[in-house]
Amino acid sequence: MAFEYAPAPESRSIVDIRPAYGLFVDGEFVAPADGESFKTVEPATEEVLAEIAVAGPADVDRAVAAARRAYERVWGPMPGAERAKYLFRIARIIQERARELAVLESIDNGKPIRESRDVDIPLVAQWFFYYAGWADKLGYAGFGPDPRPLGVAGQVIPWNFPLLMLAWKIAPALATGNTVVLKPAETTPLTALLFAEICQQAELPPGVVNILTGAGDTGRTLVEHDGIDKVAFTGSTEVGRQIARSVAGTRKRVTLELGGKAANIVFADAALDQAVEGVVNGIFFNQGHVCCAGSRLLVEESVAEDVLDRLKRRMTTLRVGDPLDKNTDVGAINSAEQLARIRALAEIGEQEGAQRWTAPCPLPDRGFWFSPTVFTDVTQAHRIAREEIFGPVLSVLTFRTPDEAVAKANNTPYGLSAGIWTEKGSRILWLADRLRAGVVWANTFNKFDPTSPFGGYQESGYGREGGRHGLEAYLAH
Amino acid sequence: MPTEQKADRLAVRKTYKLFVGGKFPRSESGRSYRVHGADGEFVANAALASRKDVRDAVQAARAAFGGWSGATAYNRGQILYRIAEMLEGRRDQFADEVRTARGGSRSAARADVDAAIDRWVWYAGWSDKIAQVRGNANPVAGPYFNLSTPEPTGVVGVVAPDEPLLGLVSVLAPAIVTGNTVVLLASAAHPLPAITLAEVLATSDLPGGVVNILTGSVAETAPWLAGHADVNALDLTGVADVELGTELERTAADTLKRVLRPPYAEVDWHADPGPGRLTAFLETKTVWHPKGS
Repeated sequence: MAFEYAPAPESRSIVDIRPAYGLFVDGEFVAPADGESFKTVEPATEEVLAEIAVAGPADVDRAVAAARRAYERVWGPMPGAERAKYLFRIARIIQERARELAVLESIDNGKPIRESRDVDIPLVAQWFFYYAGWADKLGYAGFGPDPRPLGVAGQVIPWNFPLLMLAWKIAPALATGNTVVLKPAETTPLTALLFAEICQQAELPPGVVNILTGAGDTGRTLVEHDGIDKVAFTGSTEVGRQIARSVAGTRKRVTLELGGKAANIVFADAALDQAVEGVVNGIFFNQGHVCCAGSRLLVEESVAEDVLDRLKRRMTTLRVGDPLDKNTDVGAINSAEQLARIRALAEIGEQEGAQRWTAPCPLPDRGFWFSPTVFTDVTQAHRIAREEIFGPVLSVLTFRTPDEAVAKANNTPYGLSAGIWTEKGSRILWLADRLRAGVVWANTFNKFDPTSPFGGYQESGYGREGGRHGLEAYLAH
Repeated sequence: MPTEQKADRLAVRKTYKLFVGGKFPRSESGRSYRVHGADGEFVANAALASRKDVRDAVQAARAAFGGWSGATAYNRGQILYRIAEMLEGRRDQFADEVRTARGGSRSAARADVDAAIDRWVWYAGWSDKIAQVRGNANPVAGPYFNLSTPEPTGVVGVVAPDEPLLGLVSVLAPAIVTGNTVVLLASAAHPLPAITLAEVLATSDLPGGVVNILTGSVAETAPWLAGHADVNALDLTGVADVELGTELERTAADTLKRVLRPPYAEVDWHADPGPGRLTAFLETKTVWHPKGS
């Protein structure tokens, strides 16, 4: 007798998607200067959701000018306690409208509602709540008695955690007295535009937050604009390099949160079922569209076979499909472009001689989908062991000694995160010291908290977001 | 049928009781005392707490300590912020009570209430930051992980200052935000705003027993609090009588309570309080763990 899941869809009726959206500049939605627009599609159905404005150079000028005015006249001089109150208001409205935001995020991004509802949106509220509390305590943060804001921040965020990345950028910037011009990703603009409405509801002074939609050109124009003092970017290492080049010779401060190829290291003495659960969470959470995803499994040779068996068994129970179904584990790939990239790298994996295994799960007919996949017989030279795939694809390698685990884990130009699975505490701490990664999770993975700094070594970028450390990126001291 | 509003409607008066374990009991002694406003007029009877009430309150505070200190800092911050929200909704009521108690202008009373609300918000924000300001990793000369973090000291006995609302909030909020639980002796002269504040606390998701408020004679109850073996710390900010203060410190010494001494000079309750009242009731815990493959 087979047990089936009944569909458990979350209602879409809570969200109200407008047919077209303007840019959010100086507290109002405005039409772009040259009238251009593009369509945003729902990745699970390929249907058009809305017409989105493209911000051109004139719009960037206008938004930066609005942010500058707001910085000089209102937000910069405002006492920290007052800034805090606005941020607390925003946090509360996000909590009140949490379900609406979660459904909209899942529709626009393709991520399972279970994740947007239980991870993304609660963290967004938490982020604003946490940084709100810093706004009137900056003198105690360890950056001197009276740290000052930088001015106007130009912020460009990715499509994998649209609203959460917005919160990571906007909450600390505003708490420290900066104003912002933020560009959401081309494929996921909707929750940022709803956030603009939340700023209006909170009666945030006009110009403090400006949201410009568009693609790479808009982002480039913003980052290269003379009127900004700070660039904060989360996205690909390639674009990160371009930004680092473009700010050369300027006085702009920069933080970059880029790609990763994290090792999840499983020792023979680990609680193997927990480790397998962590490995699954590490790579299949958010369809693997996670810069800190545990995309390389390093498993101790003596338990490799056992771990792989358990892993495959667990993967066959993953449910891929409708992001709005509460039983869905893995949702839609965010875009056709990203799906093509994942497919291409997976094919290269096979061509280079790795063994491919894909979880046997039915996929919907329309939309962008990729079944959870694991590669074995992977060597360190394989492209699937070196390049960020940014999809639900895991590469498995083995090791015999702790030193070998360290060497293999660090054999990457990246350095964002790492995972350790062992019951031995001293080994966790020994290994953590040796891993060249900004975040090390032990016997857990993909944990985020506003109090906890996040960011990478090497080509995973520089600067930290979150925690007390996250204030530094927005303070002159 | 609409009821006619009678101009001479007889008011329903509020009975002011104690606040212990989330409930509002009368003093077990059955006693009360007369509270007068700044103009000398009788305002209400307040409960005159006894030694037994002190012991009940300490018991309630101890019972609540595990849950409250074990709650996440985020959760405690949310609850303190909720207290600010609830207080905001009662601005007028508190302005009236403050003015009745202390006299002065209505605008001065309002300014105090607003500052009290903002103080809850200020301390709410500290909940998940104090460990980041007062804790740290220690680079010991050996293969050890070594981390110091602040932890709440336990049950704190607080003698509240006479400043009816702002002074009260300024001593209460920092004691609880870090996870301590409190037995607070309200100002003997102005106990009524403290009990009205208890109504706010009782409707703010604050677990019962985290804050316990006793009204009555501080000179009578404070020595019992200072001598109680299950009280870990004492905040004597509200003790104006130097002799009583010294006696309380001496009593507290028997059980080595942490004591925040009475202020030497008059306190400006509107000034930036800094984190000093938080750290006064924190312990530092240092954890060692070896490192090795």
